[in-house]
Amino acid sequence: MLEDLLEKYPQQEDQLIEILLDYQSQKQHRYISEEEIARIAAHLGVSESKVYSVVTFYTFFSTEPRGQHIIQVCKDVPCYINGERTMRSVLEKLLGIRVGETTRDKRFTLEQTSCLGHCDGAPAMRIDDKTFTNLDENKIKAIISEYRGAK
Amino acid sequence: MLEKKLITARFDKINPLSIDDYVEHGGYEALSFALGMERVDIIEEVKKSQLRGRGGAAFPTHIKMMGVAKEEDEPRYVVCNADEGEPGNFKDRYLMENDPHQLIEGMIITAYAVRANKGFIYIRGEYDKPHSVLQWAIDEARKKGYLGKNILDSGFNFDIEIRSGAGSYVCGEEFALIESLEGKPGRTRVKPPFPTQEGLFQKPTMLSNVETFANLPHIVDMGGEKFAEIGTESSKGTKIISLSGNVKKPGIYEIPFGVPIRDVIEQLGEGTPADRKVKMVQLGGASGPIIPEYMTDLTIDFDRFENFDSKTGAGAVIVMDDRFDVFDILLRISEFFEHESCGKCTPCREGNLQLLKLVEKFVDRQSSEKDLANIESLARVMHQTSLCGLGQSAPTALLSTLQYFRNDFVDRIEHPESQ
Repeated sequence: MLEDLLEKYPQQEDQLIEILLDYQSQKQHRYISEEEIARIAAHLGVSESKVYSVVTFYTFFSTEPRGQHIIQVCKDVPCYINGERTMRSVLEKLLGIRVGETTRDKRFTLEQTSCLGHCDGAPAMRIDDKTFTNLDENKIKAIISEYRGAK
Repeated sequence: MLEKKLITARFDKINPLSIDDYVEHGGYEALSFALGMERVDIIEEVKKSQLRGRGGAAFPTHIKMMGVAKEEDEPRYVVCNADEGEPGNFKDRYLMENDPHQLIEGMIITAYAVRANKGFIYIRGEYDKPHSVLQWAIDEARKKGYLGKNILDSGFNFDIEIRSGAGSYVCGEEFALIESLEGKPGRTRVKPPFPTQEGLFQKPTMLSNVETFANLPHIVDMGGEKFAEIGTESSKGTKIISLSGNVKKPGIYEIPFGVPIRDVIEQLGEGTPADRKVKMVQLGGASGPIIPEYMTDLTIDFDRFENFDSKTGAGAVIVMDDRFDVFDILLRISEFFEHESCGKCTPCREGNLQLLKLVEKFVDRQSSEKDLANIESLARVMHQTSLCGLGQSAPTALLSTLQYFRNDFVDRIEHPESQ
């Protein structure tokens, strides 16, 4: 699967971030393994340490397996003053995990993120590639149960 | 009327996914006109308009354009900074989601003026929707002959590629962005040479913010002199304000430069919920100053922002009412910078970590006179010696609160038990 994806991209160093984003989004546990780092490096003709330095620099990438869905809650000032703490504690209670952890069924990973650029709809969170705004307890419950229902 | 809609004028009139709508509302007329102009004349109009960069640094746009245009090295690049990561800012998202062709047209005009044939839009990874809207618009523009080879039969070739960020605030800094575009970790370079000389792939690069490019079609359309009639002595044109925090109507508002901050909060934002008192307002974003309510009669103007020695006029206004404690806010800001520092230079990497520890002492009511003195000296060293804007501006919020909310610090040291 990785090789098929690599074929789509020119063998240029500057394609590295695009490749990593594309590949990780398709992987069930949303991470890039050491062995995959080596294969990507070989394809682009760069060192493994170079690929590793990119994977560990950007917060989107993980070298550890995560949940099927990544929930990111914003922690910056506009969200903070509009109920970020409530949003976080509702999610922690609902999922039974703390920030930084993955649920036992491997469905969800809860992370904190820097500003999502939706401060006019604070507090905001992002699940995978979707952003949700103006969150309160009821809204969060509805969103999570929808993700739980979907296979 | 406080608002003046120039670059947001089409927002409620067009379907952003329809290039025909854009053209019907005057879109690509400026491009067609510009392609018949001499390249130097376009730059001359931008000079007359006195347009300054809208991403925060307020650098005169025509100087950048001249810088790239005069370089002989090829290829030359036009890069749009759509890595809007400064907390409290979301105006570029609106510009891309609601009028994507305006940005594309501005980039094509700029590229023609500086003789560049390849453009990139570097968009933050969190902006999924604007990314797909822009990709759609680029594909449409290519089909209609506004992008690609021989644009509108002018003989000029230019195309745009979108590249995504992957979660890093510092990539909004120009050289960090360029490094990231090259597929590397986003760590800045030492200047000079500047991006106009040796930017992307070491080639001359015209790098500007979304809002800056969005102004280009209007400058060509109106003429630079007419454009310069809008705004104040030092700041011409309009500015999109991202208004957030404790206001009834958060959102984006396009105003001419020169409107007082208080009017933005009270008239456009309709004041605070439950009409509480405004305690603090942060300007520009996490890297900007925090001022008390009585100073909100300041007008929005590049030079006003520069009075704080902060280069963060990207236009965020974050309102905080009297329920909030200055230290809780500073804690969020310090955590943010400690996390986002790229680690390349010592003042920023170590400084932000130490500042965070010091702020935590105030939050935990364990602070002393010595901590206050340490914050002040450390903040100044970081401001003066950090390699890029991140480290230089990271202590701005702290320094401004030390100036305007000094009593809060002194009270916390002397009476740690009281509220």
